[in-house]
Amino acid sequence: MSALAQQVSSPTVKADKLRRHMTSLDSVLAPIITVIVLLSLWQIVSWAAPIRSDLLPGPGAIVAKLPEMLANGSLLGAVGTSLFRALSGFLLAVLIATPVALLLAHHPLLRKGLGPLISAMQVLPSIAWVPAAIILFGLSNATIYMVLLLGAVPSIINGLLSGIDLIPPQYRALSQVLGADKRQHIWHVELPAALPGYVAGLRQGWAFAWRSLMAAELIAVGGALSLGVGSLLQRGRDLADLPLVILVILVILFVGVLIELFCFAPVERKLLRDRGINRTGGKNV
Amino acid sequence: MGVELHEVSLSYPGTDLVIDSLTAQIDDGEFVAVLGASGCGKSSLLNMIAGLLQPTSGWLEVPHDGAAFMFQDGNLLPWLSAADNISLALKLGGYPADLRDARVAELLNLVQLRHAGNKKPHELSGGMRQRVALARSLAQDRQVLLMDEPFAALDAITRDMLHEELHNLWQQTGKTIIFVTHNVREAIRLSERILVLSSHPGRILETRRISAQLRNDPAQSAALADELTTILRKEQRKHERTSAAS
Repeated sequence: MSALAQQVSSPTVKADKLRRHMTSLDSVLAPIITVIVLLSLWQIVSWAAPIRSDLLPGPGAIVAKLPEMLANGSLLGAVGTSLFRALSGFLLAVLIATPVALLLAHHPLLRKGLGPLISAMQVLPSIAWVPAAIILFGLSNATIYMVLLLGAVPSIINGLLSGIDLIPPQYRALSQVLGADKRQHIWHVELPAALPGYVAGLRQGWAFAWRSLMAAELIAVGGALSLGVGSLLQRGRDLADLPLVILVILVILFVGVLIELFCFAPVERKLLRDRGINRTGGKNV
Repeated sequence: MGVELHEVSLSYPGTDLVIDSLTAQIDDGEFVAVLGASGCGKSSLLNMIAGLLQPTSGWLEVPHDGAAFMFQDGNLLPWLSAADNISLALKLGGYPADLRDARVAELLNLVQLRHAGNKKPHELSGGMRQRVALARSLAQDRQVLLMDEPFAALDAITRDMLHEELHNLWQQTGKTIIFVTHNVREAIRLSERILVLSSHPGRILETRRISAQLRNDPAQSAALADELTTILRKEQRKHERTSAAS
């Protein structure tokens, strides 16, 4: 490269770096500032509004509830129970949904029959399954897992199916030309090619699993069931303890976002980066 | 053993004939270019020889182990490195696992990508990607190599370099190469024989032998290029008229 070209490109590269740095700073700062503004507004409204403080607690009252919940161990215990249920249930959902999706992808008639049913199940709010599950399994973990699985499995199936549907047809031709049998094609070409769609399905499946779990824990309380985060919500309602209810809602949100940020987002980023695809779907070629 | 096509026809369901009663013999070790205007069925012909499409009528004979195939856009798997793309071809071809790495290095060396084995396809230039695709097709270790406009998307300089490399490879390996292109000069430069296909349906219009003397004589090869270009233009116009009418 000539000296002139270096002189021209050097400030451009620096400007690009600075712009990228500012953009990532913006993406961190903007939500933090928004949350601070909203919390301040919320606190001001709770002070100024002529409503009883137990009916409109401010953020201060919610935060004040936290040490008490941490001290008696009920919050951490409930978060632990719910996380264990969600993660084990999600893993089970993955183990069920993956082979079912592969089966449907390779048997068009089966897919024609079951596909619409699976999509319909994805639309059905999982809370609708709770009464049926309680009748079938009583107040037990089986009830919770049934609702969770019925919420998560359809999303994962549909995610993997759409990932397979989007595989360019020339990959199949490549497998054929390279002499791959069906098992080799699935393992070496189809599954890796469908991975971005699969991960998107897993991400959605996790969101459904977490929501379904909360719905199940909210309704199925007592019996042999240990206390989960959803049940803690119900306890807050029984005690008319709005600060507790809001605190638990924030914890549910926090756990969901944490899993999203530290599990799915990095995996998805790595997958796209490895394939030279940027986040808008274009190729980095 | 080469490739033999006898009265081969192809039509897709609900469409007219794509290829009509095509008969051709490609000898063992021969380099044949199939030249035709866009949409004349050149790629379909190659897909039939590769076993990706079945002829509607007629028959064709290819070596029992089939043919290696090099796709137009390389068709590399984007999640695998250059070396892994080649290694997968060896694995699926039953190449012994303990010898695979050495063979991959050998093939990368052959296509002058010794130091790019760890790079993913998106980290390579268009020319490098086609070199990897060429190495992968050589990894299939079959006597017949089918090439579907492999250099169509490359710039002139890269294409020129790859022409030279491909010519050398053909001379070293003695493979039977069937090279589909719409580029007249490319066909003259690379092949020993050119089959010119008509447009819609594809039939063999002309067969031209390219001697080393003709290839190396700029005046003769330019005259042949002009002649073949005139034929292709006529076919292209016929194809456009037919498409507009239907």
